[in-house]
Amino acid sequence: MKCRACGAKAAVNMRQHKLALCQPHFLEWIPEQTARFIKKYRMFGPDEKVLVAVSGGKDSLSLWDILHRLGYHADGLYLGLGIDLSPSGGEGIAYSDESRRLTEQFARERGLKLHVVDIQAEYGHSIPALATLTHRGQNRPCSVCGVAKRHEMNRMARDLGYDVLATGHNLDDEAAVLFGNTLSWQSEFLLRQGPVLPEHDGLARKVKPLCRFYEKEMAAYAILRGIEYIYEECPYSVGSTSMYYKELLNRLETDRPGAKLAFYLKFLEARAGGLFIQPENAPQALHNCPTCGQPTQYEGKCSFCRMMEKVQPAQ
Amino acid sequence: MTVKLVLRGKEYEVKPGMTLLDSLKKINVFSESVLAVRNGEMILDDEILKDGEVVKLVSVISGGGQ
Repeated sequence: MKCRACGAKAAVNMRQHKLALCQPHFLEWIPEQTARFIKKYRMFGPDEKVLVAVSGGKDSLSLWDILHRLGYHADGLYLGLGIDLSPSGGEGIAYSDESRRLTEQFARERGLKLHVVDIQAEYGHSIPALATLTHRGQNRPCSVCGVAKRHEMNRMARDLGYDVLATGHNLDDEAAVLFGNTLSWQSEFLLRQGPVLPEHDGLARKVKPLCRFYEKEMAAYAILRGIEYIYEECPYSVGSTSMYYKELLNRLETDRPGAKLAFYLKFLEARAGGLFIQPENAPQALHNCPTCGQPTQYEGKCSFCRMMEKVQPAQ
Repeated sequence: MTVKLVLRGKEYEVKPGMTLLDSLKKINVFSESVLAVRNGEMILDDEILKDGEVVKLVSVISGGGQ
């Protein structure tokens, strides 16, 4: 197969676009398309300060690389989750240690600014320990992890004066979430899903500049660019529903190229066209958490502070 | 007369002369879920695999959020 741009041997074939490219042209194409999506979905302007949530994985490190190449003021935020023991046997796997090492190495090699928040150092417990202590999540710390990450990412973006928080979600991530929410008709979640979650009432604007790239393309970008990323999966994600949905969608994509992309893009069109509307009884305004000051949907403490209250007895 | 495919440390053997896509079908792996690397170079679905070659399959699916 040959590169459409120069006729050399292609390194990547994107069947959904009927487009094959060689390594140099693919490495040009991804940042060009990212710049196009940032503009198309009005994610942020050239003078805005971007905080990139980086995990040490292929997507977030590639996103940081791309934004840096495009000339944006993009700093990194790494959250140390303390996932360093196997969920089954308790033996050491150093998943968080290794992802932090790779993230710090990436930043150091490029002279980029990285903020690190270690959850255990900051709050006294790792994510798996928090899940055990609060009895949340049915033996998986994923729900606790989600609450803590959302809280800390917003806190850091707000406290450090960033205009926007960028995450490395790719199209497969978005399609899997959409698939799950559609199966259970979670209209409230469907209403909110998109490339941009606007800022309001103390919530930082959140953007997903990679939301139209397939996961395979982002892995190809990381490898061809020479980005060293953590290849091992989070041990708690093995057998997860999102992985199962991704496999199902890839089965569909293998038979019908472009099915994943169409599923997501047609959803965005339908949402913009008013398919989903806010329920009449939905809370209109957010409240401020009396403990941390972050916005919360209901009156009283936010989910994160309620969770921390369970593990830290009142003084 | 075999081609070796390696995915997450697990080895699979297929007959030479098939395309990568057909080889992946033989071992029940979706082409969309992996990248194939031979001698340090990425190869595409239409590549014919030859006797004695070793192809590393890189899983592209990740489950954790960023």
